[in-house]
Amino acid sequence: MPETLLSVENLSTVFDIGGGNPFAKALELKAVSDVSFTLEAGETLGIVGESGCGKSTLGRSILRLIEPTHGRVVWQGKSLTDLSVGEMRKARRDLSIIFQDPVASLDPRMNVGKIIEEPLKVAEPSLGRKARRERIEKVMEEVGLAPEMINRYPHEFSGGQAQRIGIARAIVTEPKLIVCDEPVSALDVSIQAQIVNLLKALKERMGLTLIFISHDLSVVRLVSDRILVLYLGRVVEIGPRREVFANPGHPYSKALLAAAPIPDPAIARSREKTPLKGDPPSPINPPSGCAFRTRCPIARDVCAEKLPPLVDVGRGHRAACLFTGDVRADEAIAG
Amino acid sequence: MTSKPPTDMPPLLALTDYAIRFSTPDGAVKAVNGLDLAVARGETVAVVGESGSGKSQTFNGVFGLLSGNATTSGAARFEGRNLLELTPRQLDEIRGADMAMVFQDPMTALNPAMKIKHQLAETLRIHKGMNRRDAEAQALAMLKKVGIPEAERRIEQYPHQLSGGMRQRIVIAMALLCRPKLIVADEPTTALDVTIQAQILDLFRDLTGEAGTALVLITHDLGVVAGIADKVVVMYAGRIVEEAPVDALFARPAMPYTAALIRSIPRVDRDVEAVEPIGGRPPNLLHPPAGCAFHPRCRFAQDKCRRERPPLETIETGRRAACWFPFVDETSGREPMNAEIAGA
Repeated sequence: MPETLLSVENLSTVFDIGGGNPFAKALELKAVSDVSFTLEAGETLGIVGESGCGKSTLGRSILRLIEPTHGRVVWQGKSLTDLSVGEMRKARRDLSIIFQDPVASLDPRMNVGKIIEEPLKVAEPSLGRKARRERIEKVMEEVGLAPEMINRYPHEFSGGQAQRIGIARAIVTEPKLIVCDEPVSALDVSIQAQIVNLLKALKERMGLTLIFISHDLSVVRLVSDRILVLYLGRVVEIGPRREVFANPGHPYSKALLAAAPIPDPAIARSREKTPLKGDPPSPINPPSGCAFRTRCPIARDVCAEKLPPLVDVGRGHRAACLFTGDVRADEAIAG
Repeated sequence: MTSKPPTDMPPLLALTDYAIRFSTPDGAVKAVNGLDLAVARGETVAVVGESGSGKSQTFNGVFGLLSGNATTSGAARFEGRNLLELTPRQLDEIRGADMAMVFQDPMTALNPAMKIKHQLAETLRIHKGMNRRDAEAQALAMLKKVGIPEAERRIEQYPHQLSGGMRQRIVIAMALLCRPKLIVADEPTTALDVTIQAQILDLFRDLTGEAGTALVLITHDLGVVAGIADKVVVMYAGRIVEEAPVDALFARPAMPYTAALIRSIPRVDRDVEAVEPIGGRPPNLLHPPAGCAFHPRCRFAQDKCRRERPPLETIETGRRAACWFPFVDETSGREPMNAEIAGA
C-alpha cells in the first residue's frame, strides 16, 4: 500500500476585496473552494485550468504561502494548517516551490550561490560554510549549471538557465514535495523540454513527489500520473492521466483538450472549432449551480439549480457533472 | 485550406537580401542577415524561431518600428514599393491601411486612456477620411465580427475593463478595420490561455479565408501553426534555415534544427514518455559561431558544418533549406529526420 504523503481536505481560500466604498460589505473572492485530494509518495499530480481558476492559489495555500481560509492540509499525518509559524518553518524543508517567472523569482542583488544558499541556512542552520558550499555546488551540477557560475547574478542568465537556478534553490534542502507553479510557461518550447526532462530526472533520482501546475495540457500529460482540473476554484475532474485524457468526464476538460494545439497539420486542420466561447465568469460573482454552465455546450436548466458533486466514474476517476455519462459516451476528442 | 494563389503573380511582400544590424556598446549585432522571403496574396506564412532568432525584428523592420540604433539594408517590397526607402509620411499611408500589425501584448498595443470606440474609429478617420459616426458604426460592426460579446457596451469601455482575450480581439479588429492586404501577428496568442488561443486562431483562419488577407504569424511554438499556416519559415540566428509547405515541413523536415524543434513539442493527443530537448542555447549574435550557426547544437554536425556556412538552397519545388546534409531523399545517406517521430 503506497504511503499517503499529502492529504488536502476541503481546502478553501477566500480573499476579501474592497469595493471602493469603505462602508459597504467587503466583497469575497473565492479563489479556491472546497478542494480535496490525496497525494501518494512519488506521484506527480498535474493541476490544470485557465488563468484565474485558482490553480496557483491552491498550490500556495497547500504550502501556506497564502493562508487558506477553511479546511486542512495534512502532511505525513500532521496538520500543516495547525502548525505555529516556527513549526511550519521546520516543516518547510520538506516542502518546496518553483515559480513561473524564472528571472523575477530570483533576487537580482544576490548571486547564484547566495540564492541557493538561503533556504539551506534556514533548514540546516548547523551546517558550516564549507559544507554549505559543497551542497550548493552539488545541486548546481545536478540541475546542469556549471559550479563556476556560483558568483554570477541572475541578469546574466537566460530564462532557461534562470529556471535551473530556481530548481536548484528548490531542491537544495532535499525536499519530499515540490509545487511547480507553471515552471516552463515563460520559456521557449525548445527550452521547455530541457526543463521538463530535468524535473522528471530529478524526481526519479530524489524520489520526489510533485504538484505540477500548468495551463498547458500537453506539458501536464508528459509529466503527470494523475490530473486535477480546476474551474473557478473547484475541482471539476480528477483521475489517472490515461483516464482523463482518453475519456474526460467533464465537458470543461473535454473543451480544454479540444483547444490544445496539435503539431500535426492533418489532424489540426480536421479538428472542429473550439466549442468554448468567451472567458470564464468572474469568481467574485460565480454563476449558480455548476459554474461552467454559462460556457457549457450541453448545459440544461437543472445545471443552474444545484452544484454537481464529484461522482465516481470508475478506475479512480471522478467528475463533477450531472451529465458525465453523456460526456463520456460522446465521441472522444479528435486524436 | 485556403486556395493557393498562382505562383506567377508577384508576391505581396518580398524581402530580398534584407538585413538588420544593431550597433551596441559591445559591437555590431547582426540580428537579421541576407533574408529572402516572399509572402503571396492571401497566403498564411508562419515564421518560427526561438527568442533572439530575429523573427520579430525582421517584421519590426518592415513596419519601420526598429529602435534608433538599427540599420536596415536590402529591400522590403510591398506591392513593388521598397518600404525601406519611403519617407515616414509615405510609410504612414501604408501602415494601418494596407498592412497592419498585431502585437503579443494587447495591453501595451492599446491606449489605456482612450475608449475602445475612439481607438478603433481613429484608424478609419485617418486612413479612410470617414466622419466620426460612420467610423464608429463600422468599428462596432467589426467588433461583432471578431466575436466580442455585448459589443455595444464594450465599445464604450476602456482597455483595462476587458479581459486579455477580449483585448487581443480588439487589437485584431483594429488591424482589420481598413481591410489590409497583409496582417503581421507577432506571438498573438502567447500571452493567452489555450482556450482563448484556440478562439483567436479560429478567428484568424476565418478572416484570412473570407477576406483573402495574407497573414504572417510569428511564433516560437511550431505546435500552434500546424492548423493554420500554408507555408512555414524557420529562422535561426538571424537567417532562414528552412522553408516548406506546412505538411511537408512536419512530415519531412530537411534541416536538423527543424526536426529538433518538432521533436521538442509535447503532444496533448498521445502519451509520450519524453520529449527530446534541443541541447544548449541559441548563439550570441555578437559572436556567432563559424560555419553553420546551429552546428554547436546539431548532433549531425561534421567538419564542414563547423567551417563553412551552408547557403539557403532550393531542395525541392517550394522548399529551401540551409544545411550541408539535408534530408532530401533516401539517397542522401542520412536517416530521414522524422523516422523517430513517426515511430513514436
